[in-house]
Amino acid sequence: MSKRKILITLAMVCALSTAAAAEGPKAGGVVNAVIQPEPPSLMVGLVQNGPTQMVAGNIYEGLLRYSPKLDPLPGLAESWTVSEDGKIYTFKLVKGATWHDGKPFTSTDVLFSIEFLKQTHARARGNLVQLDKVEAPDESTVVFTLKQPFGPFIGIFEVGSLPMIPKHLYEGTDFKTNPANNTPVGTGPFMFKEWQKGSFIRLVKNPNYHVKGKPNIDEIYWHVIPDAAARSVAYETGKVDVLPGGSVENFDVPRLSKLKNTCVTGAGWEFFSPHSWLWLNNRAGPTANKKFRQALMFAIDRNMAKDVVWNGLGKVATGPSGSAIKYYTSAVPKYDYDPAKAKALLKEAGYKGEKVRMLPLPYGETWQRWAEMVRQNLQDVGINVEMIATDVPGWNQKVSEWDYDIAFTYLYQYGDPALGVGRNYVSSQIAKGSPFNNVEGYSNPEIDKLFADGAVAFPDAAREEIYTKAQKILVEDVPVAWMLELQFPTITRCSVKNLVTTGIGVNDGFRDAWIEK
Amino acid sequence: MISFIAQRIAKAIVVLLALVVLNFFLIRMAPGDPALVMAGEAGAGDQVFLAQLREKFGLDQPLPVQLFLYVKGILSFDLGFSFRQQMPVSTLILQRLPATLLLTGTAFAISLAFGILFGALAARFAGTWADTAITVAALIFYATPLFWVALMAILLFSVTMDWLPSFGYETVGANYTGLAHVLDVAAHLILPATTIGLFFMATYARMTRASMLEVARLDFIKTARAKGLSDTVIQRRHVLRNALLPVVTLAGLQAGTLVGGAVLTETVFAWPGIGRLMYEALLQRDYNLLLGVFVVCSAMVLAFNLITDLVYRSVDPRIEFAS
Repeated sequence: MSKRKILITLAMVCALSTAAAAEGPKAGGVVNAVIQPEPPSLMVGLVQNGPTQMVAGNIYEGLLRYSPKLDPLPGLAESWTVSEDGKIYTFKLVKGATWHDGKPFTSTDVLFSIEFLKQTHARARGNLVQLDKVEAPDESTVVFTLKQPFGPFIGIFEVGSLPMIPKHLYEGTDFKTNPANNTPVGTGPFMFKEWQKGSFIRLVKNPNYHVKGKPNIDEIYWHVIPDAAARSVAYETGKVDVLPGGSVENFDVPRLSKLKNTCVTGAGWEFFSPHSWLWLNNRAGPTANKKFRQALMFAIDRNMAKDVVWNGLGKVATGPSGSAIKYYTSAVPKYDYDPAKAKALLKEAGYKGEKVRMLPLPYGETWQRWAEMVRQNLQDVGINVEMIATDVPGWNQKVSEWDYDIAFTYLYQYGDPALGVGRNYVSSQIAKGSPFNNVEGYSNPEIDKLFADGAVAFPDAAREEIYTKAQKILVEDVPVAWMLELQFPTITRCSVKNLVTTGIGVNDGFRDAWIEK
Repeated sequence: MISFIAQRIAKAIVVLLALVVLNFFLIRMAPGDPALVMAGEAGAGDQVFLAQLREKFGLDQPLPVQLFLYVKGILSFDLGFSFRQQMPVSTLILQRLPATLLLTGTAFAISLAFGILFGALAARFAGTWADTAITVAALIFYATPLFWVALMAILLFSVTMDWLPSFGYETVGANYTGLAHVLDVAAHLILPATTIGLFFMATYARMTRASMLEVARLDFIKTARAKGLSDTVIQRRHVLRNALLPVVTLAGLQAGTLVGGAVLTETVFAWPGIGRLMYEALLQRDYNLLLGVFVVCSAMVLAFNLITDLVYRSVDPRIEFAS
């Protein structure tokens, strides 16, 4: 190579590396985000509502994080192995991780967290039902031994599902009244700094974070703005940079997305896979008839709801599992919009215009409009619908007490059918008083067996076969009317980079985020 | 006078206790309870979880026992513990009270000052274009829903003109001190205080105008004119002063409700006050917090009624305190 060629090549390499450096993460900056409603507490081991997880997911950490495809990624565990029989999970913890107060994070904290969460965390308790014992052979190793293989086990370690709790602050105390609840101490990329109730929560960068060079951002302010229109205005006037999914009404999204320097993404919900459906009371009234329920599926124009109410975000649901959930299959009976078929099925069902009570989900204007659209669809095929207005506690009570015919809802699915799908269809989950179980009262011994077997079957291929069969049966029986796989758009300034990179999106996204200046 | 005040305070305490009992049952008549709401927010809740929450909040006890414990607490100035916020109710209310008092106090002062001023002007120039303009404006502000006025104000002054902030109590993160902080809070205060103030201003303006026109027809005003007093003196010293009694009554009633009456405005402007606290407590069926706010609001109404009675005396010396 001649000298000249070498010089040109060197110049090009330099230019390319400068360009790459210019595009790389930059340190510094403050991000203003919206949080709604104001979380009751940031101690995610005690409170697991959405806003708490969103803020606290940047303060606390789990052993693992998950990619958008729900593959496990290192968190507080740097590596892990699973025994051949699927019963022993060994985690190696990251070296040098410390709590925000400077104490080291060790395997004893993991053991303590498991015991803590069994007492305080309803979902963790269910996830750990197959756990036989957990041991810490040394400071940086934790071994979980299961009673029998539990397929979803590797998927239960994200920060909202199994957060690590500092043993040195909680051991031997009353967890619920521990003063540390007001000044949360985690191992995460951001530390709690200040909370002015009703106004804002302030997190600051953890300078001793165990991942070198992260986080990039110096501070995060979470603003509490209770009115949806006011949240839109706050973004529009430049006072906030991040509107996490669900912060603004859907009809505001197209307008906001046209603003300068604005990016919108529906990603970051893969782990939760919010799945919406109509509870159909299988016990009494017209909805107890399978043909009537099938007629509903044909009567509702779900594509139109997706395009009009949800601005094209999300997907039409094909059955009980969202498409991001393990073992999802689309090879199930199809229910395309077909009012004529719906009318024929209603006739077969012997429906004579009895009144059907429908509860919209009282979560704001988007859900109200969706309910009105569905009512119109149902009236078009001759169903006599009465809309019942409630607020959130009223809705919870009516659904828990089975006092409805049709009720809108959406629930998270947590990546695996054994975690977030089965609970809504197996007969052991029929129990008054909770709006999250088998509220519709569907009971099918075959389904019960399939979900029981599927949770503990090993290896993956065996589970796939079981869940495929379960999905087909459920879609044929229509115990509930599946509507859409929801995507709640996250709206940000395009200058806020890398915010949504994992399956839980903004909930643990600020670790990698940076601001382009 | 002291025995009058003592008697009024004693009566007020009885009324307050009656209100506590009434509110206690009213709140529990609404469907749903805090355990269901909290489980709903967590997206998970088995029977064990719900039972744990109800036990923790004391909701598993019979209603009369719950009432007894609550009233016992009130008598020792303990407003209980907020289920959702996991803090003493009194702490939460005290945290929010200054912001609400600043907002409603400013709104009250604006509305009273300008309401009486515009009402007096309308009465002074009754039948002229000025009277018509003031009356029509007052009617519009009185009839327009507060939340709509708030949203339109945000649209005009924050979004379009970019003159004033649209939400919050202060510029978060700016860390202003001294005069800069006062000006910053004032800038945040203008829109919400004016929004509330416009409604009350309209009420006072209408009331002052009507009352002044009525007083102006009375014989002692004719006497004043016959004495050769100037019109300005008659209006200010004789008509306005005598016309103020119904305005003071109305202001007294409204001053008490101002503490809890800013629910919509505080929500739209994200103002961290008691109105929002009450709104959120209602949606979350946070019984103790809601009752606590009711107790404070009721106490304020009773206190302002007492103050109103005392102000009557200074406005109209003919009124005497009867024991």
